[in-house]
Amino acid sequence: MYNKYYLNHLQELESEAIYVIREVAAQFDRPAILFSGGKDSIVVTHLAKKAFWPSKIPMPLIHIDTGHNFAETIAFRDQLVADLGVQLIVGSVQKAIDNGRAVEEEGLNASRNELQIVTLLDTIEEHKIDAAMGGARRDEEKSRAKERFFSHRDEFGQWSPKNQRPELWNIFNGHKRMGEHFRVFPISNWTEMDVWNYIMQENIPIPSLYFSHYREAIYRDGAWLPNSEFLVLKPGETIEYKYMRFRTLGDITITGGIESDADTLEKIVREVSATRSTERGNRSDDKRSDTSMEDRKRQGYF
Amino acid sequence: MDYNTSIDTTPLTNIELLRFATAGSVDDGKSTLIGRLLYDSKSIFEDQMEAVKLSSERKGLAHVDLSLLTDGLRSEREQGITIDVAYRYFATPKRKFIIADTPGHIQYTRNMVTGASTANLALVLVDARHGVIEQTCRHSFIASLLMIPHVIVCVNKMDLVDYDSRTFNKVVEQYHDFASKLDIKDVRYIPISALNGDNVVNHSENMPWYRGASLLDTLETIHIGSDYNHLDARFPVQTIIRPHANEYHDYRGYAGRIAGGIFRPGDNITVLPSGFTSKIKSIDTFAGPVEEAFPPMSVSMRLEDDIDVSRGDMIVKNNNQPEVGQDIDAVLCWMSAKGPRPGAKYYLKSTTNEVMAMIKEVIYKIDINTMQRLEEDKEIKMNDMARVKMRTTQPLIYDEYRRNRITGSLILVDEYTNETVAAGTIRA
Repeated sequence: MYNKYYLNHLQELESEAIYVIREVAAQFDRPAILFSGGKDSIVVTHLAKKAFWPSKIPMPLIHIDTGHNFAETIAFRDQLVADLGVQLIVGSVQKAIDNGRAVEEEGLNASRNELQIVTLLDTIEEHKIDAAMGGARRDEEKSRAKERFFSHRDEFGQWSPKNQRPELWNIFNGHKRMGEHFRVFPISNWTEMDVWNYIMQENIPIPSLYFSHYREAIYRDGAWLPNSEFLVLKPGETIEYKYMRFRTLGDITITGGIESDADTLEKIVREVSATRSTERGNRSDDKRSDTSMEDRKRQGYF
Repeated sequence: MDYNTSIDTTPLTNIELLRFATAGSVDDGKSTLIGRLLYDSKSIFEDQMEAVKLSSERKGLAHVDLSLLTDGLRSEREQGITIDVAYRYFATPKRKFIIADTPGHIQYTRNMVTGASTANLALVLVDARHGVIEQTCRHSFIASLLMIPHVIVCVNKMDLVDYDSRTFNKVVEQYHDFASKLDIKDVRYIPISALNGDNVVNHSENMPWYRGASLLDTLETIHIGSDYNHLDARFPVQTIIRPHANEYHDYRGYAGRIAGGIFRPGDNITVLPSGFTSKIKSIDTFAGPVEEAFPPMSVSMRLEDDIDVSRGDMIVKNNNQPEVGQDIDAVLCWMSAKGPRPGAKYYLKSTTNEVMAMIKEVIYKIDINTMQRLEEDKEIKMNDMARVKMRTTQPLIYDEYRRNRITGSLILVDEYTNETVAAGTIRA
């Protein structure tokens, strides 16, 4: 009888995410969107645009700049911020290292991934952000499978996985003490496939790095690591010229790419639906241990 | 036939979303069943499988322990149990599924309630050797209390009873007797062996006497289109959209998600609790105005008249209105380690509204294993279910939970600790 009145799964996920984003705007004084330049935070930003249209997005974007970026990511970010007419807040890991707040890792696999935690928490505190929205998804990683939409952080910015508030129906509890904040994940229920299908359906611009292109890279731990001024070669490693693309985008020193000829959104969707490994499988930050994501999240990671 | 080979890798777009909850404890085969659904629908990736194999070997196990896929937290892996709700995802060419995987033990009842609150369907596992046991009753009672519209009873471990039809029929009879006392609209029974895959994805050759659909077939085809309330138009206002831009100078949109019924431009509406009336001028989305809005759409509504509307108000149709009142009769599931303090005030959140509330009276507690009313013991503790009377400081706009799961649900938040201490379903 009501067959006409149903939403398909992408429409339902979109509607859910818009509802969550509007709850954030309504329940918090100083919310922000954590923008990494990756496809997930691009989708969250797109959803926020839809949630408040015809108003502008009523909150700033926060970018944690590791100093080890893909140039394309920064150019993309600046263009998007200009198009949306929103404020951009940049937290600099380099500055945190320079003033002694963070200590650079050393060695072959050194990265600034964990150092982002300090800068992120400092930026949240400095701008008195009480809700930071991100593009994390539950399907990405097993500790993220246990995340809430509204994830409470104590005054040290830490996550307490055993002590999470129950979250029932779609009633979100944003009550907190002074100095505490929330991380909010509007696309919790989306899978990688959903994100790509949605990007294609909505024709959302994404950085060129996601499409196959030629670049210099070395093969390490099962992935093609891009050549950059920060890369330290191990004995036996050689730089090759590869037709490749990235499935996720992070710090240039830890983001491995795959060989691929997917140079259009259609081809990417096809490739992702046929692939047999997870997107974070190419991220060396997740390979450190079985619970490395949980451990970083406890400290205040995204 | 191996299901893997029949997977279509074309993008999934125009398919429905089904949310289902499972509950279970150690050894009842829940993890194996979920593992099989994920594995057979190609939702486990090679690197995940590799990691699980390595972890199983490190633990000295002879088999691949699929529960390691689902138990993600350090403490869960250490103890080998599920504590918190975990959400899993898989898709077939017909549907996309979200599994709320919850622990089955009574001490984690609150986690089960959490997982069940958003589910369209509950999977109840029964061991064919043991039949309906206390845990089966508890899980089914929670499903019924939270008005999950569909229940699939999987009679598992059929391989251990020689795939005997009489054993299956006995369990069906037992469950049917018990479920007649519950409020579940649609119950189905499937004999399975999660371990061997009988009737999970494909119809089992070991049980030719069973003519029904396999579990996955059932999940793919069960009709969920009428699960939302399409009769009583309810629109809780989340936030007001006012662009302050020249182009949209006078724009004033009420943003929210439809909680029930169908709204159309031109409808005569009432704003509650104020009682002001107006007419819908347009229903807007980023993609343009729509002719009809129904649950669970997120939209923004404009009215013909400039009246006072704010967050927490509800827009409804004139001829069909919800209850508005300060005396609330509800069944609470208590979620906090500490019981209610005498005379304590709580934030009561329901839809987008928030008021203060006090528990005036505990009418009775419910033994969730036997469903018996406990009229004597009225001390509420963690994981208890209790029917209570509450009084709110401001009027609450609500429907009976059994009529609408969105406008009939509430949570209580402790005003000092900010913890979510209870979940409630509103009675008439």
